[in-house]
Amino acid sequence: MSARNALEALTMRPTRFLRSSWPWRSLAYLAGGTLMGITTIIGGLALLGAGSVLSVVVVGLACYIAALLSGVAVGRLERVRMRLIDFDSLPPPHRPPPRPGLRAWLRFRLREQATWRELSYTMASAMVLCWMDAAVVTVSLFVPSTFLFAPIYLAGERSPLFTVPLTLLAPLALIIAAYPVTAWAGARAAMARAILAPRSDDVDAKLVEVTRSRARLVDAVEVERRRIERDLHDGAQQRLVALSMHLGLTRLEVPPGSAAAESLATAQGLVKDALAELRELIRGVHPKVLTDRGLAAAIGNVAGHAPVPVDLQVELDRRLPTHIEVAAYFVVVESLANVAKHSAASRASITASFRDEWLMLDIRDDGRGGADPSRGSGLVGLADRVAAVAGSVSLSSPPGGPTLVHVEIPCAS
Amino acid sequence: MRVVIAEDGLIVREGIAGMLRRFGHEVVAAVGDAEALIAAVRAEKPDVVVTDVRMPPAFSDEGLQAAIALRKADPSLPVLVLSQYVEQTYASELLDSGPSKSVGYLLKDRIGEVEQFVDAMQRVAAGGTVIDEEVVRQLLGRRRDPLKRLTPREREVLALMAEGRSNTAIARTLVVTEAAVAKHIGSMLAKLDLPPDVDDHRRVRAVLAYLRS
Repeated sequence: MSARNALEALTMRPTRFLRSSWPWRSLAYLAGGTLMGITTIIGGLALLGAGSVLSVVVVGLACYIAALLSGVAVGRLERVRMRLIDFDSLPPPHRPPPRPGLRAWLRFRLREQATWRELSYTMASAMVLCWMDAAVVTVSLFVPSTFLFAPIYLAGERSPLFTVPLTLLAPLALIIAAYPVTAWAGARAAMARAILAPRSDDVDAKLVEVTRSRARLVDAVEVERRRIERDLHDGAQQRLVALSMHLGLTRLEVPPGSAAAESLATAQGLVKDALAELRELIRGVHPKVLTDRGLAAAIGNVAGHAPVPVDLQVELDRRLPTHIEVAAYFVVVESLANVAKHSAASRASITASFRDEWLMLDIRDDGRGGADPSRGSGLVGLADRVAAVAGSVSLSSPPGGPTLVHVEIPCAS
Repeated sequence: MRVVIAEDGLIVREGIAGMLRRFGHEVVAAVGDAEALIAAVRAEKPDVVVTDVRMPPAFSDEGLQAAIALRKADPSLPVLVLSQYVEQTYASELLDSGPSKSVGYLLKDRIGEVEQFVDAMQRVAAGGTVIDEEVVRQLLGRRRDPLKRLTPREREVLALMAEGRSNTAIARTLVVTEAAVAKHIGSMLAKLDLPPDVDDHRRVRAVLAYLRS
């Protein structure tokens, strides 16, 4: 396995390690670190100096703020630089500011924890780390050069018989130096990573945002489903009912047993089937009883439609936000559909209750188990839907059964 | 018979009105929303009300709520509720709103079976209870023992009984003798621990009470 960062590179076989570019890249990283540190010191002192000189005018304040925010620039540079010796790129810990404009950016960055971590890294880097970089680079280059140039600077003092063989030690010193250089570079990058990596606090807000946008999408879909349900109900369904009624009335006019009567009976049968199919379709799109009566009633109804007997223990004494009810409802529908299609179960049961502001929903069956969500049982899509309301779906279905679908959704108001 | 119809879809409303007139009933009002329904019932004192569940303004269950309110105000008013979906929740609410008589809950599709529909309405008007077979099927699906002990034929009889049909009508529908029906009902009621009762409507109520318990 090839190494992904400087510390891992140290564990490579010495022959491979020494022929690799790791020592040289580490050296370059440390040299860069020295330069960056010194530049930071100069820049920081300049900003603070300018700040105190200009403190009477507003520009002075700007200099102080710039000094505080220097970490943002250093952090960004460090993340780029780090790629020299660390292949796992470090994502920026900052979030995009909510509004465009310099003022919003400043205000936002100064409030972020990541900004202050970067500042602390910058100070550590300027005061301690860059000097150590410098020391390691200097020593590791100084010792081999001492050997290499011995014949020159010792020309008058020692005989060439002593000084020339010394030059042969230079490659050896270089080989030995490769290890501390790489080790220090690796350690320093690990430190930088620890300080500069995004923390959960930085990322959580992002996740919340993602969840919210998913929830918005689910809500939009739900609104659209309701519209479709309404349109089907007011349009096609009404017309089919009227058609069926007129066919029924016409049948009364036709002598029983005639060819026309038979044909009318067939037509009416077809309309009846169409109505039944349409009703199922509408139920799948958006169950009316869910909006009108809530989750408990809707679960009762869907259980009533299931082809296997379903035992219910639903203890939900209050209504929940629509998106939660809809998500939970469709899990029940999909689970019962799976029970009917795949499980060969003879019974199913549904329990629903609140526990500490969580909606707990269990759908069990006594079937043969072995349900695999990856094989398109529709549960994956439902898990997404439940995830959008910050809940989770878990499935237990050992071969031989029983199968249990467990849903938890937070519903603190 | 004087009928008030409430249904928001114009073609269905006019269709029902025409159909009832054809069978010799008088449609005293045909309205399109729940408020108008309550006003029409107050003004006309009809013999029976036929109403859709879903009506304006919210297209939720205004019709059902109006039916329940009407039955609370006058428990003897016969009400037949039509629903696009058979939801036993709605049926239960309707049945719980007063004594289980002069009340019906049918799937709207049943309008197509013109004669049966008119017959159901007449039975409701005469004090009977008519519950759609689909509701019974849903209720049956949810119950465990001792309904499991019923034979398929007994379940059929039970469903027809819940529709408020007499033994004669059940015998005709299932193409068996009336004596056979009586035998099925007897054994079924025994299995459900219900008193064998001669009165059709009390019998229906007993069965429904059992199913919904």
